Amino acid sequence: MATRLLKKTSFRYALNATAAAGLYIVLMALIDAKVLNRYQALMLIPIGFNIILAVSLNLSAGFLGQLPLGHAGFMSVGAYAAALFSMAVNLPTNVELPLALVVGGLTAAVFGVVIGLPALRLRGDYLAIITLGFGEIIRVIILNLKFTGGAYGLKGIGRQTTVTWVYISVLVTLFVISTLIKSRHGRAILSIREDEIAAEASGIPTTYYKVLAFTVSAGFAGVAGGLYAHYLSILDPSSFGFMRSAEILVIVVLGGLGSLFGSVAAATVLTILPELLRGFAEYRMVIYSLLLVVVMIFKPSGLCGRYEFSLGDALDKFSMLMRGRLPQKQAPAKGK
Amino acid sequence: MTLVYLLINGLQIGSIYALVALGYSMVYGIVKLVNFAHGDIIMVGAYSTWYLMSRFSVPAWLAALASVAICSALGVLIEKIAYKPLRKSGRLSLLVTAIGVSLLLQNTMQLLFSANPRMFTNIFTGTVTIGERQFSSATTLTIGVSIFLMTGLTLLVKKTKIGKAMRTVSEDNETAQLMGVNVNNTISFTFALGSGLAAVGAVFYCCSYSQIQPTMGSMLGLKAFVAAVLGGIGSLPGAMTGGLCIGIAESLTKGYISSQLTDAVVFGILIFVLLIRPSGIFGRPRNEKV
Repeated sequence: MATRLLKKTSFRYALNATAAAGLYIVLMALIDAKVLNRYQALMLIPIGFNIILAVSLNLSAGFLGQLPLGHAGFMSVGAYAAALFSMAVNLPTNVELPLALVVGGLTAAVFGVVIGLPALRLRGDYLAIITLGFGEIIRVIILNLKFTGGAYGLKGIGRQTTVTWVYISVLVTLFVISTLIKSRHGRAILSIREDEIAAEASGIPTTYYKVLAFTVSAGFAGVAGGLYAHYLSILDPSSFGFMRSAEILVIVVLGGLGSLFGSVAAATVLTILPELLRGFAEYRMVIYSLLLVVVMIFKPSGLCGRYEFSLGDALDKFSMLMRGRLPQKQAPAKGK
Repeated sequence: MTLVYLLINGLQIGSIYALVALGYSMVYGIVKLVNFAHGDIIMVGAYSTWYLMSRFSVPAWLAALASVAICSALGVLIEKIAYKPLRKSGRLSLLVTAIGVSLLLQNTMQLLFSANPRMFTNIFTGTVTIGERQFSSATTLTIGVSIFLMTGLTLLVKKTKIGKAMRTVSEDNETAQLMGVNVNNTISFTFALGSGLAAVGAVFYCCSYSQIQPTMGSMLGLKAFVAAVLGGIGSLPGAMTGGLCIGIAESLTKGYISSQLTDAVVFGILIFVLLIRPSGIFGRPRNEKV
């Protein structure tokens, strides 16, 4: 009976929503009870926007199978758009920030379409290179524009990013991207990763789906940028260089290309790890880069491979174990 | 600044780009890897020259030669440790490893020599007068040595046995192996050669810009990489032409438009080329087989 219930999509949605709300309450309680100190609570924000960045890059790198190297460019577009919007309007914080995030996300998505249309005609390494080029150009243009503050950076952005808004943004990102992947459109995107020529031969409009995935990916990078802008309250174009794109890629690849769970886990660990290694501040970047090379040599598919965690499946297995029936060996069921 | 000076300056920085681009191009041709650590090898070359000269007061020519040797060894070492185990796995993991190696080199250097920029005294002082114009000897030497090295490299690849091996491996790795080519040695040799050229580029770069820091390699490397793509990645004359084009474009932008926009122009050229002719000026278009 319980098993049949667990297979229902609507029940799974309810289950995940409850779990998400539960986690939020636990986090808030930990902060209120001072188990997490102020500094640790603030760390939740970078973890959050790194999760959004990694998950969104995973859509185009892991699920679409392309290799964009200009994710920081979209992040910077979103960050500046959101910051300029919130500086121009004067609304209550709880209205202004989400609006700014939407503005940032949409602007970045528009850039995604504009850049994606020409760039996605290329494949493999060339696509990587052209996105890298676009990312650098965006940075240089921001550096030379008047209204973005140029090299001095954009100052005086309201510090409006709270743990709650980051949490909501992460949930929305995960929901949109995971449902997108499980949908018909998602299967088209996956088919392009597996074999682009075969996908095209089967009548899938590959250009449309490539641009779609790329745009969604860029849009969420923009949302993350908006959160970043309202967290730091100052934007500096030099922080959106190629190294930032590389860092996001590192998170995605370490977590596992094509695993949202991996991206979330890797983003969390890789944001906390440098802080934990702060005692060895001098050595931390060395250790970090060494770790990356070592993981790549010994587990090139990333730590999680393509593993996906599903609360429904986990409970399903658990309930079977409780009744003494070992789960049959089969491919992990998708939450359908 | 007159047009002639701008062009000469462009040729100078362009020949440095060309030297570095050759390394990118050769490595890409042979293992199909965009070696992101190549830019940081330049940085290692610059630091080793500087360190030998300032700490042990080694004469400049010896320090330069030593740093070429150090970089060649480092290039081979990186290939053996980091890239070789991944040759069979996907391109993406290879690329990420390259990014990892690049970060590792940068941060190790930062640890050893701190992030502060160091002053690099120009080795080649004095000027050379050609016709009515005076050029610094660093400029003339850079251009001259680069032309010499590029000619040498072309001859090496075209005429010698190891050059033939390099060409066969880049054509078809497995067939080359069946024909008795030692693929591993050839790849190591290519890495050594590319890294050595990068070290030469590093010495000349330092002479004209006089400042070195652990992150200097990334932008220089990226631009050299753009040069390699512009010329057609995998093609040697392409890397040279690409390097010179990028150098001249950069110098003209600095002279006539704005020095801040040079990076945008360089990457704009890259995008334009990729959209019009993705295989670059000299590259052969690759046909896809099902």
